[in-house]
This record gives sequence, C-alpha cells and structure tokens, in this order.
Amino acid sequence: MFRLEARTSTPAWFNLALPLIAIAATLILCSGLIAIAGAGVIEAYGVMLSASLGDSYAITETLVRAAPMIFTGLAVAIAFRAKFWNIGAEGQLLAGAVASCFIGAIPMPGTLAMVLMALAGAAAGALVALVPATLRVKFKVDDVVSSLLLNSVIYYALMALIEGPWKDTFSGYPISPPIEDSANFPVLIEGTRLHLGVVVALIAAPLCWFLIARTTLGFRIRVTGENPEAARYGGINVQRVLLSTALLSGALAGLAGVGEVGGVHFQVMSDISPGYGYSGIVVAMLARLNPLGVVPAAIFLAAVMTGAEAMSRATGVPAFLSDVIQGTALLAMLVALLFTAYRIRRVGAQT
Amino acid sequence: MSAVFEQIFQVGFLAAIIRIATPLAFATLGEMFSERAGVLNLGIEGIMLLCAMAGFTAASLSGSLWLGVLVAVLVGALMGALHALFTVALGLSQHVCGIGVTLFSSGLAYFLYRLIFGQQSVPPSIDGFKPAPIPLLSDIPILGPAVFNQFTLVYLAIIAVPLAAFVLYRTPWGLSVRMVGENPRAADSAGVSVIATRFQAVILGGALMGLAGAFLTMAQFNAFTFGVVSGRGWVAIALVVFGRWDPWRSAGAALLFAFVDALQLRMQASGLGHIPYEAFLMLPFIFTIVAMAFMSRNAVAPSALLKPFRRGER
Repeated sequence: MFRLEARTSTPAWFNLALPLIAIAATLILCSGLIAIAGAGVIEAYGVMLSASLGDSYAITETLVRAAPMIFTGLAVAIAFRAKFWNIGAEGQLLAGAVASCFIGAIPMPGTLAMVLMALAGAAAGALVALVPATLRVKFKVDDVVSSLLLNSVIYYALMALIEGPWKDTFSGYPISPPIEDSANFPVLIEGTRLHLGVVVALIAAPLCWFLIARTTLGFRIRVTGENPEAARYGGINVQRVLLSTALLSGALAGLAGVGEVGGVHFQVMSDISPGYGYSGIVVAMLARLNPLGVVPAAIFLAAVMTGAEAMSRATGVPAFLSDVIQGTALLAMLVALLFTAYRIRRVGAQT
Repeated sequence: MSAVFEQIFQVGFLAAIIRIATPLAFATLGEMFSERAGVLNLGIEGIMLLCAMAGFTAASLSGSLWLGVLVAVLVGALMGALHALFTVALGLSQHVCGIGVTLFSSGLAYFLYRLIFGQQSVPPSIDGFKPAPIPLLSDIPILGPAVFNQFTLVYLAIIAVPLAAFVLYRTPWGLSVRMVGENPRAADSAGVSVIATRFQAVILGGALMGLAGAFLTMAQFNAFTFGVVSGRGWVAIALVVFGRWDPWRSAGAALLFAFVDALQLRMQASGLGHIPYEAFLMLPFIFTIVAMAFMSRNAVAPSALLKPFRRGER
C-alpha cells in the first residue's frame, strides 16, 4: 500500500527536475499519436528538434516565436502569484496589438513611434485586464469566467475593426493598414527576423523577477496570493493589490501584441495570435510561476510550435500535435507539482 | 421599425431560441452537476469540441447518427473522468487543470480530425438529424411548430431539466452530490464517499457536455469546424452562476441567453443600419458579463467548490 504524505520542505533541485520530468512524460505520451499517424517517433521528434534548434537561423525563428509567450507567460505568472486568475491574456494581447498598430500607422520619428507603440499597447492590455479585476473586487464576479468571456468580446471587436473602418481598401482582405516603415522594430541579425522586441522580452523576465522577489509591491502580490487574510491583517489593501496586479499583468500581455505588430506582422489580422495568451498559462505553470523560468519554458513551447510545422511537412503528422503537447505538458506539470507538496510513502499492511 | 419587430418575433424565432438553447442547456446542466459536487470543470470548452468531433466522426464513418451521439457521450464521460482524476483523486488546482483539459482536448480534436479527414477546402458534412414532429402537440398554434417540431435531442434536453432537478433534489445520490459540494467533511462522517460521489458527478457532467457537442455537429451544423463550439462552453460556466447552481434556473438562463443570441442573428439578418455584425456576435458575451455582475453578489456557490478533499487533512 502506498499513500501520499505531506512534505515539510522541497529540495532545491526539484525546481529544475520537475519541468524536465513533465516534458519527458509529455513527449513519451504524445509519441503514441505520432505512431497512430504512421510516422517514426524518433524521426518525427528529430525533425522537430533540428527544425527548431538545429542551426542558428532555426534558433532565431524559435526565439521570435518565444517572445510573445515570454510576455504572456510573465503576465500569467504574476497574476497567478496574487491568485488573480487572469485567463484573458489572449484578449489583452489582441488589445495591445490593435493599440500599437494604431500608433504605428501615424507618421513620426521611428524611435518615438516605437516607444509610443509600447506604451499604448501596454496601456490597452492593462485596461482590458482591469475589467475582470474590477468586476471581482466590486461585484464578486469570478475572474476566470469574466476574463475568458472578455477574450471573445475583444476578438470580435478586432474583427469589426479590420472588416470595417480598418479594412484594406486596396486588397479587400480583412487586415489593418500596415504601420509606418520607420516604426518597424529594427532587425538585430541581418537575414533573420530576430527583432528588438525579442531582446525586450528577454530583459523583461529578470525585471519581473526583481519586481516579484525584491520589491514591496512584489511582496504584497505574493502575500495576497498565499494568504489574503494574513495580508489584510498585516495592513495590505488586498483589493488594491489585485487591481495593481491586473494592470501589470495586462500590460505585459499587451506588450506581447506590440512585439507581434512591430516586429513580425507590421499590421493586425484576425490570426495574429495562434493562442499565445493560452500558451502563456502553460509557460507560467512550467516555470512554476517564477519569471526567470518563463524564458526557457517559452522557448520550449516555441520550439515545439516551430518544430511541429516542419515535422508535419516531412512526415505528414498533423502540426496540431503541438497543441496536444501544450495541453499534455500543462497537465503533466500539475501532476509533477504534486511531488513538491507530497511524497509517496510505503505504508504497512496494518492500516 | 415595426417591420423589423414583426420579422423578428415569429414562430421561426421561437423555434430558433429553443434550438440555440439546447446545447447550452446540456452543457449548463453538465457543469452544474460537476460544480454542485464541488468541482469546477473549465475543461468544458475543450470537452465539447472533442465530443463534437468524435460524434461527427463516428456518425460519418458508421452512417449511424445515434452511434455518433453514443460515442460523444462516452468520450465526454471519459474526459470527465480524466478531469476528476486530476482534481478529485489528486486534488490539483481545478482552475489550471480545467484549462489543461481544454487545451488537451481541443488539441486532440484538431489533430485527430486532420488525421482522419485530411485537409479539405470544403469541410465534409453529414446528413444530420431531421425534425421529428410530435403528433397532436405539434398542431398547437405557435407553440406546436416552435417546440414540438424539433430534433429528438431537443426533446431530450427538455426532459433533462426536470430529470436533473429530480435527481439533484429528490434522490439519495443527489443528496450525496449536494453534501460533498457543501460540506465534504460532514458527508464523509455520514458515510458518503466524497471521492466516489465527486467522480460520478463530474463524469455525468462530462457525458452531458458530450451531448452538447454532439448536438452542434449532428443537428445544428452537420459538419465539424475548428470554431464549432466558439465559446459556448465558457458561456455555460457563466450560465451556471447566473442560474444559481439550480437546474431550473440554469435552463432559464440558457433560454435567456439563447433569446439574446437568436435576437442578434435576426438583427444581423435584417441588416440594421450600418452596425457591423461583430457587434451582434459580441452581444451575448457582454450580456453574460453584465448579468454576472448583477447576479454574483447574491450568488450562493457550493461552499466546497474549488476545494479538494483529502481524508484526515484539514
């Protein structure tokens, strides 16, 4: 007979080992689907690996894809730290994209445009995130449900824009007019798509870590999440902390949209985000809500996405395998996390 | 303006409300059973999509629509069991597990659909359910053609509401469900197995979500597309709150939502001014958010919702 027993402390190496175990379990579980699709498992994963991390160009492509998920991952990690259940990073990303595209289309000096785009995108994302937070604080509305529903509202608002006033009259496609050339984020390595926004994302992660681990606001966020009663008793205004967390989280998700407009697409279209907001939840959980862990977790998911497309072309296995991997990785990580709180202990037959 | 109203309020409009409400009623009842036992199931959106795909595929390959429904129900129950395994047996975070189940199920639905049907320019369709008018009742003016000339699955939904109320309030099992959702420790000392009851409720909920998915691809659209569920699962979760975790009120909430949805479809079709159609698509979601703001203050969620139960642990 085995039973779960509460752990009093967690060894430090768990932080690294758990995500790796979860990822290994995920890849083993998903290999069944590759086999069902009639392809060689080793071959398929081999193609995925070489197409995403095999050479320097592939690595830059993976990093470009990781950037929005670093931002949404940070957004979710910080929100979840305060137990503000922000499932709305997708809508906040879209709002950030629309706002930055609007600013980027106005002629002005390039540097100014980029700064204003980032500010507008962050503000738009923050405003959207403020809605579920306010509804929770003022009306006790469950933040999960309201932030989820808001994603659909924002999506339809975006569609109304690009099929209405923003519609490209020249091509007739439902896409926004492009931003000014001078507002395009500079490419860092000639011949790749590695843009300035990727570096900003990589810098944002340690900044967020500093904020959470070393500042008063970070302390308040953590206490609010871990024990709201104690926080209140200690004189922390829990409602205000939740609203600040929402603003911060939404701004980060908005920046994900800014990067996609300024560095990748240069305009807004209906499929500007293939679910980066939801992927942010997977990233944050794999990172154990640690902003520093968000970077490798986002790079892993980005590698799976880039790799899955190449694998699909080479072996015929549907590229949607990457979606299954994301869901499985999230569930596997949750199970793995169980071992931080519990250990399996063999107990005698007398019980 | 009066011409617009005449066009909107007619028999076809009533019938449309009933049709739109059907998958929502199944999904809402499913989510309600799960939550009454103390388990939030955010996997609903993905479970509905996977069941819609599985039912469609089974019906399309076998030629039997009812086999498709059966497969959808079984897959729904299976996914419910998976969610219960994580949240009830292992006691993991219900929020995050639900999102995980949704991501996993929708990924699996996309993957298997593409594997089985390949990439086609026009999505394959099936000959879906046909309306089955009930003799005599369907001759009643207005109400007859609107309510009693519908798909068999619609009648099933209409029966499901009183049945769910009966099961929840009048049977020993229903009492157990309510007990483990309100006070699992008391239920445990009264000899009710908290784990088993929660498993059963979440599995039953999953099966009902399966029916909702089956209705979408086999009666409403007769084809599977990646956007076939498009937020209906999330709406069902809101409707449970709006319906205060009660079968009758939840069904009422589903009807009210269906009314708003049918209204937006009509207004879209009647081409009201230059309002973009997306504004109408948004309407039900905004309506739900606003309705929740009014309702949630007095909402009485099951006390043990979101709280895992481990014996001998406080």
